[in-house]
Amino acid sequence: MIRLAADELACVRGGREVFQGLGFAVMSGETLAITGPNGAGKSSLLRLIAGLIRPSRGQIMLEGGDADLSIGEQSHYLGHLDALKSSLTVAENLAFWSDFLGGRKEIGAVLRQVGLEELAHLPVGYLSAGQRRRLGLARLLATERPIWLLDEPSASLDTAGQELLARMMESHAAHGGIIAVATHGQVGPGAVTELRLGGRHPVVAADRGEPR
Amino acid sequence: MRPLLALLFRDMRVAVRVGGGALIGVVFFLMVVTLVPFAIGPDLVLLGRIGPAILWLGALLATLLGLDRLLATDFEDGSLDLILMAPISLELAVATKALAHWLTTGLPVVIAAPLLGILLNLGPETTGAVALTLFAGTPALTFIGVIGASLTVALRRGGLLVPVLVLPLNIPVLIFGVSATKAAAAGTIPFGAPFAVLCALTLMSVVIGPVAAAIALRQGLD
Repeated sequence: MIRLAADELACVRGGREVFQGLGFAVMSGETLAITGPNGAGKSSLLRLIAGLIRPSRGQIMLEGGDADLSIGEQSHYLGHLDALKSSLTVAENLAFWSDFLGGRKEIGAVLRQVGLEELAHLPVGYLSAGQRRRLGLARLLATERPIWLLDEPSASLDTAGQELLARMMESHAAHGGIIAVATHGQVGPGAVTELRLGGRHPVVAADRGEPR
Repeated sequence: MRPLLALLFRDMRVAVRVGGGALIGVVFFLMVVTLVPFAIGPDLVLLGRIGPAILWLGALLATLLGLDRLLATDFEDGSLDLILMAPISLELAVATKALAHWLTTGLPVVIAAPLLGILLNLGPETTGAVALTLFAGTPALTFIGVIGASLTVALRRGGLLVPVLVLPLNIPVLIFGVSATKAAAAGTIPFGAPFAVLCALTLMSVVIGPVAAAIALRQGLD
């Protein structure tokens, strides 16, 4: 059982305070849906949790995780940038991240899960935006991390891709993982806590267990 | 070890694929050194005297060429975020990237240097000395350069800024590289002394470069 929590969190980007006084807590198997208008700080919050930027106030704690590792080291981060090299093939890109992040799974099987097995030997430069996003999802499957930080993961995915994403998130939560997802759309089903950014004070909506 | 090997092979693979820029350094080196005899004229004595310096200058500029892309490409496609988050030390990851850069840019220059020595009328002894000093000294250029690369990583057009930052730090390497080569040829001072200093510079930069670069990367991400 792990618990990811933050209290009185504030973030300053380029001299502008993006948000302040933000708090949340998610347990194993739960999803934190971060919503809000553009510029409300959804991506900043995910990068804060990942440890890629530092909060100007407050801190983020992970209880019950591996004490030797930082939160970022126990997290998968799927941002707007896909971390893929255009000149390498689909399989090479995935094999690299799998090896680099300590994965042990067979690359072919993971590619089959995301529906890219027939493109394994194609350079990533030839892929469409949706296919690149699927390859990003494959990275989440190739290595196991208890926390997933997803920044608008459904962007440019087709219907089947969105279903795949929903299945992946469901299975990750069912296996006791935590998901923090910045989204404009729907999240769920499952235990979802919504964190609405953009007002004077961020609100944690109490709609636990209810898909929005 | 496995994550670092994966990173090394990925960077080398990217470098030798289309648009990777592995051969740009050695081609630039070839151009510079080939043009010198045409510019100076058929003065074989003069060429032989300044040959080692020309080869070293060419090698130094060639290693600087791809440096600004060393970390910037990973920053632009988001790989750097994941490298920063990965459970391996950032210092080792940066050192691995620098090693990949040297293997694809510095090493081809070292291999090409003896061939170009002929063009500059260098004797077999001097040619050997140039190759040896370049082999010992070019890693220092890359590992010092990685500091500049990390400082300019977030700048969109940091291209020329890297050489400006890095060149002053490379001057000692150039001085001892050329003087070791000249010592081997002329024999007024023993070869060992400047060569040992050159090796020391390389070993120092291999340690300091990645550590300084990692600090710069951690501070710069905001």
